[in-house]
Amino acid sequence: MIARKTCVALIALTSVNLAFAETPGSIVSGYAVEAARTTPGFGPSAKRGFGFFTKEWGVSQKMPNCTVCHGKNLKVDGKHVITGKRIDPLAPAANPERFTSSAKVEKWFKRNCKEVAGRECTAAEKADFIQFVIQGDQS
Amino acid sequence: MKKWLMAFTLVLGSTMAHADGEKLSVPANQKWKTECGSCHIAYPPQLLTAGNWQNLMAELDKHFDANAILDANDNKEILDFLQRYAGHGARYSASSLRITDTPWFTREHRKVPFDTWSDPAVKSRSNCTACHINAERGDWSESGIKMPGGKRAEESEGRPGSGSNRRSEEYDRD
Ligand code: HEC
Repeated sequence: MIARKTCVALIALTSVNLAFAETPGSIVSGYAVEAARTTPGFGPSAKRGFGFFTKEWGVSQKMPNCTVCHGKNLKVDGKHVITGKRIDPLAPAANPERFTSSAKVEKWFKRNCKEVAGRECTAAEKADFIQFVIQGDQS
Repeated sequence: MKKWLMAFTLVLGSTMAHADGEKLSVPANQKWKTECGSCHIAYPPQLLTAGNWQNLMAELDKHFDANAILDANDNKEILDFLQRYAGHGARYSASSLRITDTPWFTREHRKVPFDTWSDPAVKSRSNCTACHINAERGDWSESGIKMPGGKRAEESEGRPGSGSNRRSEEYDRD
């Protein structure tokens, strides 16, 4: 009984620790490892990420690209294209809470990719995108 | 004893809510607040019926014009919360599942001029905070209303305490 309780406590502690340890960098690495399985030698590219972020997908009329909600400058607030609600900046430099939970990141990729691109995004696209969000487009 | 205390708290709670014009307040539920509050503010559960909430939460992949899909556990937790505090009766029901199509909403907003709805600062009827500036903190009181262009609620809703206003408060209550 006691052993079981300790065990549960330990697991709880570990997962809390893991959750806290997530950073934008560690989330990029996770996706990069996944991408390298199909593309050996894959390395995340902010430049490709910028291209992905600004690409006109032509799938959804209301949401043709990512910038309609997140804006072009990731360090300032975005605005939801349908409801008008303010969206906190995506750049971790402006909003330290960004990209600190892989569950949250996955949830939004799932929704937004389906919506804008009409399909799920690949691990490579996700790694590139977050790399770009961390670095900026340097232009 | 515990039951009495609860009943007492409930009565006290509802009286307070009423006095403050905060009948839309609910106990904080973090999941509801974050999940429902990312694309629009987390709308008060009281504004749709339990049946409406059930239908709405069953089609989150086609949530009006957006994909708002949740994992099954979160979906259930939030639906339970919404249904627990849901509104009752036809006034809080809309076949479109839009709060803005319920008889309650339509009536409460009947004096809002057409050009206010189409003001770029409002953009959509789902944008409550365009006028209810403290709604995100649960404050829906009339004194917390500021319409775009600086109009006050009283100017379009009638003076507080005037006949029309009292009627709408009564309407509020039942
Ligand atoms: C319809 C509006 C909309 C569009 C279009 C949109 N997003 Fe988002 N996105 C949001 C909202 C709302 C959030 C949650 C905001 C928050 O947490 O404050 C979000 C969050 C995210 C997050 C999670 C960030 C975090 O905090 O971890 C990622 C990643 C993301 N979006 C990527 C994208 C990408 C990539 C695209 C284009 C394929 C895109 N979004 C298009 C509205 C949108």
